[in-house]
Amino acid sequence: MEEILGAILRALSFGTPLLLASLGAIINERSGVVNLGVEGMMILGALTAFAVAYGDGTGNGNLYLAVLAAMAVGALASMIHAFVTITLRANQFVSGLALTMLGLGVAGLLGKRFEGVPLFNQAPELPFTIAAVLLALLLAFVLSATGFGLTLRSVGENPAAADVLGLNVNLIRYGAVAFGGAMAGVAGAFLSIASRPSWTDGMTVGLGWVAVALVIFVGWSPLRAIAGSFFFGLLYYLQFALQGKIGIPSEVFAAMPYILVIVVLALAGARGQQGAAPEALGKPFTRGER
Amino acid sequence: MSNFLELRNITKRFPGVVANDAVSLEVKAGEVLALLGENGAGKSTLISILYGLYRPEEGQILLEGKPVQIASPRHALQLGIGLVPQHPLLVSRHTVAENLALGSSGLFPAGRIAPKIEQLAAQYGLTVDPKAKISQLSPGEKQRVEILRSLLGGARVLILDEPTSVLTPQEAESLFAVMRNLREAGKSLIFISHKLEEVLSITDRIVVLRRGKVVGGLATKDATKQKLAELMVGRNVDFSRKRQPVQIGAPILEVSNLSAKNSRGLEALKNVSFTLAQGQVLGVAGVAGNGQSELIEVLAGLHPPSSGQVKFEGTDLEPNPAKRFEAGIAHIPEDRIHMGTVPTMTVAENLSLRQYSQAPLSNNGIRDLIALETNAKEKILEYTIATPSSQTPSRLLSGGNIQKVILARELGANAKLILAVHPTYGLDIGATDQVHSVLLERTKSGAAVLLVSEDLEELLSLSDQIAILYHGQLKGPFPVTEITREQIGLYMTGGAV
Amino acid sequence: MRFIADPNPSRYKTAWVSLSAILLAAVLTGFVFAAYGSNPLEVYRTMITGTIFDSRGLADVARRTIPLLLIGVGLTLAFRAQFFNIGAEGQILLGAVFAAIVPLFFPLGVFSIPIMLIMGALGGGLWALLAAWLRQRFSVNEILSTLMLNYGALYLVIYLINGPWKGKNVRGFIYTDEFPPFAEMPLIGGTLVHYPTLILGIIAALGLQWLLVKSTLGFELRVVGENAGAARYVGISSGKIVTIMALITGGLAGLAGAAEVSAIHHRLLEPSQISLGYGFTAIIVAWLARGNPALVLVTAPFMGITLAGGDLLKIVLNMPFRIVDVFSGVMLLCLIASEIFIKNRIKWGR
Repeated sequence: MEEILGAILRALSFGTPLLLASLGAIINERSGVVNLGVEGMMILGALTAFAVAYGDGTGNGNLYLAVLAAMAVGALASMIHAFVTITLRANQFVSGLALTMLGLGVAGLLGKRFEGVPLFNQAPELPFTIAAVLLALLLAFVLSATGFGLTLRSVGENPAAADVLGLNVNLIRYGAVAFGGAMAGVAGAFLSIASRPSWTDGMTVGLGWVAVALVIFVGWSPLRAIAGSFFFGLLYYLQFALQGKIGIPSEVFAAMPYILVIVVLALAGARGQQGAAPEALGKPFTRGER
Repeated sequence: MSNFLELRNITKRFPGVVANDAVSLEVKAGEVLALLGENGAGKSTLISILYGLYRPEEGQILLEGKPVQIASPRHALQLGIGLVPQHPLLVSRHTVAENLALGSSGLFPAGRIAPKIEQLAAQYGLTVDPKAKISQLSPGEKQRVEILRSLLGGARVLILDEPTSVLTPQEAESLFAVMRNLREAGKSLIFISHKLEEVLSITDRIVVLRRGKVVGGLATKDATKQKLAELMVGRNVDFSRKRQPVQIGAPILEVSNLSAKNSRGLEALKNVSFTLAQGQVLGVAGVAGNGQSELIEVLAGLHPPSSGQVKFEGTDLEPNPAKRFEAGIAHIPEDRIHMGTVPTMTVAENLSLRQYSQAPLSNNGIRDLIALETNAKEKILEYTIATPSSQTPSRLLSGGNIQKVILARELGANAKLILAVHPTYGLDIGATDQVHSVLLERTKSGAAVLLVSEDLEELLSLSDQIAILYHGQLKGPFPVTEITREQIGLYMTGGAV
Repeated sequence: MRFIADPNPSRYKTAWVSLSAILLAAVLTGFVFAAYGSNPLEVYRTMITGTIFDSRGLADVARRTIPLLLIGVGLTLAFRAQFFNIGAEGQILLGAVFAAIVPLFFPLGVFSIPIMLIMGALGGGLWALLAAWLRQRFSVNEILSTLMLNYGALYLVIYLINGPWKGKNVRGFIYTDEFPPFAEMPLIGGTLVHYPTLILGIIAALGLQWLLVKSTLGFELRVVGENAGAARYVGISSGKIVTIMALITGGLAGLAGAAEVSAIHHRLLEPSQISLGYGFTAIIVAWLARGNPALVLVTAPFMGITLAGGDLLKIVLNMPFRIVDVFSGVMLLCLIASEIFIKNRIKWGR
């Protein structure tokens, strides 16, 4: 019994950063902008949170401030993507990829002095998990039942229809992208100050990519993202729990999340899930193309 | 009656063109004004100015006598000017209510607006279900949603941009009924069209634009079709049927019990059978989305049928577009930009798109760039394609010239069956004439034409026989002499005759 | 500020906008160096003097250029066909794995090197083909799938060198036994420049340029890339083209991987040693070449300088190699952002 409870708690812990990051990505994709930079923003968030929590090394950094700072840095990084793809109308996929490279690079460079340093003031995991689930419920409500949610969805489906009514398409998209960045930042903070309180270069280990794939898997729905993230969390847990126990090489388990992303995307494709993507996803908006 | 809206000497220039040249007109409260003109006459520019999308360089707009500057579409609606665009600007995955609630804040916007929709709908006869998804609506219903949007926004003048271009004659009638209700209620309407019969039947006054200038303004009761056409085009127009009798030969295409599914796996063609003979023109009428695309794609070899037979010159053909083209099936596709051409490629390359891999355009997989150029020069000359050079990307050409590139490529000496889909859509009268005469010329040398069009005038003027597609089923073909516009319209909406 | 479409930008304009973007990237990266605590001018001086003004540095640039050239040429073609292969990194590794089979299990004497290169190309090609198949069969976005396949390849190599292929005489190290001498590709004396691969790279650049301009296959590829609807309409099979494209782009990356293990390492070893992010840097090489494989002959050495410079910074200034990621990320962002200034003219005011 206790073992099962422990397993569930670990699955929740692995699933939390996925849920946080994918909620952000759902919102920016619902507004029509794909951001493949989640991995990069997440690791920047992780470094920021660690650096703030670390303070002067005695564990005197404020943990709330650490989370807020991670959000701010994630949002700031996402603004690069927003500017390049929304204002300058560049390819969203390539821009996101470049943002990931940049994030991993900058975090690796600036985080060098924190490598292997212990963090004394660790944050609890559960509040993050609870907040993520509540946020998912809130976002589901906002998207379906409020004027703001309707505006956001419309911008992602048919920006010209929103523009003609005087709604500022680009401003809404900037906001949505910033939200996505902030959420990726929190996900990173969860990793570096709560779930494995430390800093290592590349510590996000592809979680950002899994979050991006998850968005497609759950059909852009915040509610289904809850189930989806914890399902993946369970897989991550099993990867660790079964390692070395049943004669399968550990590399197979290490590669599992990435293989699963492909499997999940293929399943989504086989079920025609891509059809649920916002109509204008990935397309820059230019006025006058009626 | 006072002028509700007045334009004084509106001038708008674009690089190289004066789109509106000192245009003046006025709209009175409770009247329907027709704005008539060819493509490129300046109608769209004028609408864009009235709707706040463009700013005129000169001239004044007066609303109830006071000068106004229209800053944006939203501002236009605040001032009481609403536009019903030709292609509806709606979110197809959302409901009618969600679309009409877009822009409002607070909780449950769609739920709050539904009663208002129903009330307005009842008042003007604009029946539409607020809970229906836009994607499930007919073109006519989508148009009603756009009208409702303007009315909800408090529009007092409604601009209807080519509203009947996608409607069946019956749907157009019900739109006219709504327009009369609106006029009764004191609204002003600007009706934009190039269909002369409709203009004569529904409007009170007519203003004709040509090359950016107002060339005439008259009361509808004083106008005739002939007179309006002359004003529009600037010369005499022949309204007689273009089709001359030709020698009908042996059957070339035999289609029997053909069924096919669409891309979503739904049955889109059901047991379609017909025969087309050499030299014959078969017109296929129908509202878009009733199986026309699937029929053409199956015949062109782009889409596999689920059952049934297609025999071309008595034999079965492989479902391969390249082989079918070689066998003599030419295809003038509906979408000139996304299918018919590669807009980023040069005119010469676009002209080679069918035969790039055959001599003389290439040998053993190596392209001959000199032969490519020679081929292009010949076709540019033969079809009078207006292009700066054969090396110009085709996207820089006008719609008419892009269509000529496609015709020149498709109608090589070998074309025995021509599948022509909306071949004149969006073209001006001159280019339309040229396309029509090229097609009819081909029938004299024995080619058969399958013409899909939403333009009944075009179908009636060119075809020998007319068939109608409704929900994937084919009615007819009927000899063109034995069917009326009204009967075609009824078949198009599934009614029995 | 407004953008007005410029339908026919001149080559001159394309060149100076791209150069400005590179310059801007250098300035922006300079800020990151400053944040790290290094003097950006010092960093750039070290990078430049140590690479192009130093004979050993030049040899190092050439060594880095070889894989970038091969992979960049393939990516240029793939991008032209709208196949966004981000997985060259994994294809390099698969190429190395396939090539290693020859010396480790089937010593073929003098024929080893050509067979290793062919095997490498096959390995990389098949890895890319998997992504192409996933896209066609299940519409899986190839950016995500090729990226995930990178991780797959990474763990495959680690598994092999840690398990079944682990060398008998390597004590605690994780790599295979050293290849026999006949599997070692010749080098230019005193350098790590494996000239046979370099020559192959130049042939590939010129050959694929010819293919694109003069062959019917190249024409089909352009039609598929520029308008998939038109390709379907005239009966050009997108599936066939994307398959060929995946084999070429993956094959060239695999070839690069095979050459690295044959010429430089002489064994299969840790992934991070086989490729120093060549797969990602080559994306920039290809983007800079703007669809012209021959132009990669210029852009690959340029990025080769960046990689060799990154090496130097690690040694001379003790900076992490991650700076190459910073550079790549900023450069790629600047390049794609500059696109709009090529395709449009800027007009101030409304």
